[in-house]
Amino acid sequence: MQAPFELVAANPIVAAICAMVGLALLFGALLGFAAERFRVQGDPIVEQIDALLPQTQCGQCGHPGCRPYAESIAAGEAINKCPPGGQATINALAALLDVPAPELDDEHGEESEVKKVAFIREAECIGCTKCIQACPVDAILGSAKLMHTVIAAECTGCDLCVEPCPVDCIDMIPVEGDLKSWHWQLPQRPGLIASDRQPHSGEAA
Amino acid sequence: MRKVWETPGGIHPAENKAQSVTRPIGYLPLPERLWVALNQHAGPAAKPLVAVGDDVLKGQIIARSEGDRGTALHAPSSGRVVAIAPRAIAHPSGLPAECIEILCDGRDQWIDLYPIENYRNTEPSALLDLLAERGVAGLGGAGFPTAIKLATDRPTELLLVNATECEPYITADDSLLRERADQLLQGIDIASYLLGDPAERIIGIEDNKPEAIAALRAALAARSDQLPAVELAIFPTKYPSGGEKQLIQIVTGQELPSGALPAQLGIVCQNVGTLYALKRAVVDGEPLISRITTVTGKACTINGNYETLIGTPLTDLLTHSQLDPNRLERLIMGGPMMGIALPDSDLPIVKTSNCFIAADNTEVAPEQPAQPCIRCGLCAEACPATLLPQQLFWHAQSQQHDKLEAHNLFDCIECGACSYVCPSNIPLVQYFRAGKGEIRQQRAEKAKSDFARERFEFRQQRLEQQERDKQAKREARKLAAQQAKEAQSEASAPADSAAALIAAAQVRAAARTASPEQQREKLTRAIASSEARLQRANEKVTEAQQSGCDDATLQPLLAAQASAQQKLTQAEAKLAELSADPGKGPSPAPTQADSQSPEIDAASRAIAKARATAAAREALSPVEKIAADLAALNKRVEKLRDKLAACEEAEQRELLASSLAKLEAKQASLQEQQRALNNGI
Amino acid sequence: MVFKPVTSPHRHAALSTAKVMQWVVAALIPGIAVLTWQFGWGTLINIVIATATALICEAAIVALRRRSVRFYLQDFSAVVTAFLLAVALPPLAPWWLVVVASASAIVVAKQSYGGLGYNPFNPAMVGYVVVLISFPLEMSSWLTPVALLPTELGHAGVVEALAVVTGSGGIDAWSGATPLDLFKHGLNGQLVSDFYANTTLFSQAAFAGVGWEWVNLAFLAGGAVLLAKGIFTWHAPLAMLSSLAVMAIVFWDGGSSNSGGSVWLHLFSGATMLGAFFIITDPVSSAVSVRGRLIFGALIGVLIYLIRVWGNYPDGVAFAVLLGNFAAPFIDNYTLPRSYGHQRAKRATELPNE
Repeated sequence: MQAPFELVAANPIVAAICAMVGLALLFGALLGFAAERFRVQGDPIVEQIDALLPQTQCGQCGHPGCRPYAESIAAGEAINKCPPGGQATINALAALLDVPAPELDDEHGEESEVKKVAFIREAECIGCTKCIQACPVDAILGSAKLMHTVIAAECTGCDLCVEPCPVDCIDMIPVEGDLKSWHWQLPQRPGLIASDRQPHSGEAA
Repeated sequence: MRKVWETPGGIHPAENKAQSVTRPIGYLPLPERLWVALNQHAGPAAKPLVAVGDDVLKGQIIARSEGDRGTALHAPSSGRVVAIAPRAIAHPSGLPAECIEILCDGRDQWIDLYPIENYRNTEPSALLDLLAERGVAGLGGAGFPTAIKLATDRPTELLLVNATECEPYITADDSLLRERADQLLQGIDIASYLLGDPAERIIGIEDNKPEAIAALRAALAARSDQLPAVELAIFPTKYPSGGEKQLIQIVTGQELPSGALPAQLGIVCQNVGTLYALKRAVVDGEPLISRITTVTGKACTINGNYETLIGTPLTDLLTHSQLDPNRLERLIMGGPMMGIALPDSDLPIVKTSNCFIAADNTEVAPEQPAQPCIRCGLCAEACPATLLPQQLFWHAQSQQHDKLEAHNLFDCIECGACSYVCPSNIPLVQYFRAGKGEIRQQRAEKAKSDFARERFEFRQQRLEQQERDKQAKREARKLAAQQAKEAQSEASAPADSAAALIAAAQVRAAARTASPEQQREKLTRAIASSEARLQRANEKVTEAQQSGCDDATLQPLLAAQASAQQKLTQAEAKLAELSADPGKGPSPAPTQADSQSPEIDAASRAIAKARATAAAREALSPVEKIAADLAALNKRVEKLRDKLAACEEAEQRELLASSLAKLEAKQASLQEQQRALNNGI
Repeated sequence: MVFKPVTSPHRHAALSTAKVMQWVVAALIPGIAVLTWQFGWGTLINIVIATATALICEAAIVALRRRSVRFYLQDFSAVVTAFLLAVALPPLAPWWLVVVASASAIVVAKQSYGGLGYNPFNPAMVGYVVVLISFPLEMSSWLTPVALLPTELGHAGVVEALAVVTGSGGIDAWSGATPLDLFKHGLNGQLVSDFYANTTLFSQAAFAGVGWEWVNLAFLAGGAVLLAKGIFTWHAPLAMLSSLAVMAIVFWDGGSSNSGGSVWLHLFSGATMLGAFFIITDPVSSAVSVRGRLIFGALIGVLIYLIRVWGNYPDGVAFAVLLGNFAAPFIDNYTLPRSYGHQRAKRATELPNE
């Protein structure tokens, strides 16, 4: 029993090494315990990213739906591929992930100011159900050989139904604002000049 | 004197009220046209009940909002409905709203009125329905349906009457109180009855209306002692004391919790104009078709109050007040602190039009560009809700919505006191309104996108479920086929084979389980297709006969016709059986089993059939068995040969040829076995 | 008759930012008058140089930012900064000192953060501290008050003052230490009462140093006028003066040789009153809510005493104010007012989803 202590007491280097090793073991044990005890089930970041995406399920980002894109973003994909979400979504994602907020990638489409909703010209509809199969949120009501119609309240404007229609009877109609949805706009900031950028959420301190 | 409390903040702008109360309430000449806007009440727009071309009488109902106790709109004068179309209304957006246009006939003829003298003899709920029917809504600003507000399910402790009229320039309530205080008290009594006679009734009024206070006092003194007491609470003039939250704080000292309604504190607030309209609706039987409106401002020579018909064009009002267009700098509906600037005067009066200010350039702040915020804190001193407008401004400017909500943006009553005092001329209220609008829009979009996500995920689930079902069916069919095969190969062991057969039969039955409806459907379809085939066969035969072809072509056609006929009769027979006894199902062999469900029945039938076949096979010796098999096989081969001969399509010929080859191979092997057996015997 | 889609309110109170700034400058005039009376033309020359520099610098930066120079200069804020700086700097300081102070105040402390309303630190104090640390010798060369000068000497005339300022003359004839400076470095083991008796700057004074007590009283009067006008609230000045007084009283050991100075000395000499009514009331860099301002003022008062008595500098107002500016956002976080309808005040960092 005496010999090891004497060795340690006599050699400060040995003492230092023992101390470091001991501390490393102690902290390692603590961290390991914490990792197990406080482990978070699942991958909540994907949920958080998905909550910020606009859920149009349009596929313009190149993924079959918003959830797959959310998963890719969690794996490191660029965050500027969602046109329906627009710059506001890009900024929100940037704030969430603590990365800089780039401009919307034009390759994937343009952000349109106006929301659109699909509309089927019923006189021309042949009841082929191709659009029903294409709609990612089941917003088209209809059945084989029966009239198809778009439930406007549920349409997200992704326009995936326009292509499959064999008689090309689907239009994307812009949704106009009405009295209930109108609201005041922010006043023009005084002294701003053309080369100034307007502040977006998430960027200003 | 009733005790009053003080609210924090507030400002004291110049009152400018004296110029519009020099004369009594006036009346305008009947206008030529009236436009009744359909979106006058808080809540969904009303739907018209009349059509273009209808003649209407004064007070006739012409529109109603949907829903329980939907508030109604009435024709303000008699005439004809000439249009129901969108037109410009007094809204900051400049967007139009649907209006019913009435061309007045000048006779101003009322409908039959049904006044109620003794309202206490009527059930409160019936009275509330009446109020909705007579279009009584909040005339203090928002146009909230009074019937809904007074129909509280909580007990009410206090009926708070808002006679404050804190905004400068407006004197509509003041003149109402001066001239018609007794009718107001009647309205208070009716409201009190509808609320179940609360413990207190208090009229809150500012001290800058001495004549109105005197009139109220006189009316209260003249009131019968039998009626419940109404108190007067007079408090120092300060803007904005007339807001609901502020008035509650002044009169009761309590604060309304953020996001709560006054009803949750047992308080109901009503404007004096609304209560007056209540009295007219119940006691006089008149629907709400007019209100008292102030017209003021230096650009108008005559300033005063008028009882105007709803729907009167503003131009009429301004012409009557001798507006000087050259002096007019800004036209405002409402007061100078919270009113809406109007683009022009071609608009109709609505139920909430309490005042119009035709301001010249001395009365309206010249528009100056906003300077940077110097964080002086004067706005926070003025805020009656003790918010920090400065911080709200910074966050609204940078669109940080979470911080806006953290600083209680939605507690802002948009009174404008902060913008009024701001030394840098920052339009603070516009920032807050924009912030609120953006947040509400985001919430709506979030709700929509959550809903879209749900639907998308449900769709994914649905498609996956379909796949799984298909897979399960495939598996089941495979299993059934396997088990049937196994059952076949164990025919020698009676007990085992019987059990196996039963099992196989059960599986087959399970795989082919069909309810009577499904069977009927199947049979109906079969009948339909058989009929179609028969028809086609008939057509072909007649065609062939007519074109006079030889027997060789005719024969197969006739054969096809015969087989189609046979199939049709079979299907019809089966359907008849099914209709006769749905529980039984089509069965080649009769069953004795008590059928409780089609599946058991089918299974038992299958079992019986299998047993019979098994028994039949066992009865045979191996030689006979093979002979029987061979006979059946020979028949099949011949049939196939005929088919092949009759067939002309190349692809089908190939298929048939290959099937034929297989059958012939089997035939050969069976013949071998037979020979072997015969040799063995 | 032009109709525009404007938002309410449609009327406005009379006060504007330019008017607020003008009132502040007006309230400085009594103090400037007393300074000129006591110390000669130096202060006025400082004001001229500082104002000119400030306006030129601000115009230059605003033009660089491609904005309207007229719009940004007409709010008088650069003028106020220049005045405050000029009053704080020693009279007859070299002209380049004033230019450096003024330029760094405007360019570094104000415009580089975005201009008026965006600066976290008080610009005048930043300018003062920059030259205090860079040119300590010049910054400690103050003047003797006129009452103590030989009567035939009097103040430097304008020409002589300009000569000193432009570097061609010396100020030795007029130089003298401030009361705080004397007290800090001159006590040397004497009792306070003895020290007062032996030093003319104190022996001829009413309570806190010849000349300086009048300067502070003049600034107090100007501050009172601003208070009455409602330019700022009473919370910050009262808190600062109270906490400074409390510190001085608490640590007063009866006038021993280690003493930090009497209450009167602290309240009425140095830049105390100027700081209380003109520096810490600068709204841009101080706390937002009134409770916050109380804490802000109190903190600055404590820091002033600490720096004066136990720090290296005779007067600690500038540093104390800058430290207070550092702390202002932190103070704001914890001193939001309780809004109507809420149970308790929130913290500024308390987001709704937490």
